[in-house]
Amino acid sequence: MTTETNNTIQFTPERLAKAQEIIARYPEGRQKSALLPLLHLLQEQEGWTSPEGMDYVARLLDIQPIEVYEVATFYTMYHLHPVGKHVIEYCRTGPCCLMGGEEVLAHLKQRLGIETGQTTVDGQFTLKEVECLAACGMGPVFQIREKYYMNLTNDRVDEILDELSK
Amino acid sequence: MATKILTEHINVPGIETFDVYRKQGGYTAVEKALKTMTPEAIVEEVKKAGVRGRGGAGFPMGMKWSFLAKPEGVPRYLVCNADESEPGTFKDHYLMKNIPHLLIEGMIISSFALGANKSFIYVRGELMYVIHILEKAIAEATAKGFLGKNILGSGYDLELVVQPGGGAYICGEETALLESLEGKRGNPRNKPPFPAVKGLYQCPTVVNNVESIATTAWIVNNGGDAYAAIGIGRSTGTKLISASGHINKPGVYEIELGVPVEDFIYADEWCGGIRPGHKFKALVAGGSSVPILPANLALTLANGEKRLMSYESLSEGGFQTGTMLGSGGFIVFDETSCIVRNTWNFSRFYHHESCGQCSPCREGTGWMEKVLHRIEYGHGHRHDIDLLVDVARKIEGNTICPLGDAAAWPVASAIRHFRDEFEWHITNPQEATQPGAVYRGEMALV
Repeated sequence: MTTETNNTIQFTPERLAKAQEIIARYPEGRQKSALLPLLHLLQEQEGWTSPEGMDYVARLLDIQPIEVYEVATFYTMYHLHPVGKHVIEYCRTGPCCLMGGEEVLAHLKQRLGIETGQTTVDGQFTLKEVECLAACGMGPVFQIREKYYMNLTNDRVDEILDELSK
Repeated sequence: MATKILTEHINVPGIETFDVYRKQGGYTAVEKALKTMTPEAIVEEVKKAGVRGRGGAGFPMGMKWSFLAKPEGVPRYLVCNADESEPGTFKDHYLMKNIPHLLIEGMIISSFALGANKSFIYVRGELMYVIHILEKAIAEATAKGFLGKNILGSGYDLELVVQPGGGAYICGEETALLESLEGKRGNPRNKPPFPAVKGLYQCPTVVNNVESIATTAWIVNNGGDAYAAIGIGRSTGTKLISASGHINKPGVYEIELGVPVEDFIYADEWCGGIRPGHKFKALVAGGSSVPILPANLALTLANGEKRLMSYESLSEGGFQTGTMLGSGGFIVFDETSCIVRNTWNFSRFYHHESCGQCSPCREGTGWMEKVLHRIEYGHGHRHDIDLLVDVARKIEGNTICPLGDAAAWPVASAIRHFRDEFEWHITNPQEATQPGAVYRGEMALV
């Protein structure tokens, strides 16, 4: 069963060209290998991985929508619900906690006025707790898009949020 | 002066660019390999070097290469495992972002040795900025004739593809990685067949870690015997160690294998000692999955000799008194660390990251996390400790992939060495749940 929708999502011409370049990287008949990169491309454009977007990716790859859904729901990096302008992915794992990560997270939640998984009312920030970000020597650490913020303290968190809120 | 195989030039300004890397002697190994060596000769040098897989398992790299099936008319693949996600481990991240051409040079040499014409670097998706660094470096190397068709006029073709993951620790397991690379959920495959026979797209495939592949340029330039002369025993060469926790100088250090653990922790050259005013309580030497050791066992073997940073010495005594070098994720705990809380934290990680394919892992990791949570938060029962040991034992060795073992070992070892701390949490819940409360009973702090 497919769940085709009357969606209007499609990649911008630049992203479509990028998507086609990605698909061409794989051997003939192995275009499904492009699925994870294309979902990243979709999320970069739309802000989240919507069902309509997943259907669109399925059509691009000539695979069933269910094949996209089962992948998107397995990996933690795809946002399956709308998110804020800035998604803060906060490392909650051991080495960061040893360096005060839990205290800084508590401060971050207080400052934003939200709990993990929520978005601020102004739509600016979404807070996600994630597992190890591979920056353990520089913890506590969080990531916003491609940028890592390391050696976090309460003051440093305030500075970052002030800067991003401008 | 200790030999630096991977990091000698890492602080040279601009080393991430082709031109600067080349000025430092980069890509001479590719020239030597493609112009003067046969693939078989390269495999032989890697075997002589005795390199053991740097991702954590420590399997001999040359032997892994020699297992590769070579049927006619079927493509072979090399896949670089850059899905580094083991808590405490960040060496591949450091290597790729700072000196990407070292990995690319290693990929060219290794692909040539294995007869692969298309190779993949599977990078955890969180490191998207590193992916861009690698893609830029690949474009540079291609423009200079070191990738693409007829490399350096040798007749050898190689296309290198960087693949972003989607955020799943299990994709560090080689068959789960291959599933993910095929655009599927990262569920590990049953073995056999091993990837060397049926790997990516059911074709013969070798999966190697970033650090392992990056060593090949040095081995080609200097010879396998020279590499084997570094290190100690069957722990040849150098190893990148990611140091974190309660030390003065966290970071990534390249050591010659065989350095005493004590020196690595206390010497200014490396970790610079435990943070001021505190004492050494425990060590996780090889990433969160390996057994934790109390300070005395971390520094000393049963016979009183110093424990060394090597595969053999760290595992000396089995799991009763030893641990593993693993990925080199070196996490140091001082006396302010609560072992129960840390064990719960690691257990939460493995529960979260279990792919859910095998019942012992899917159910057992959740069960352990739940029991540890209730102990940590003052609701533990007297039988909980034995229950944890029992669940850990029933997970270990009973899953398709090693994630089950990785989840069980931290719990089993924490109870083995710090059982009194768990008991204190259960018998003194009011005290144990006070903010910052840590067990201060009998234990050897250093």
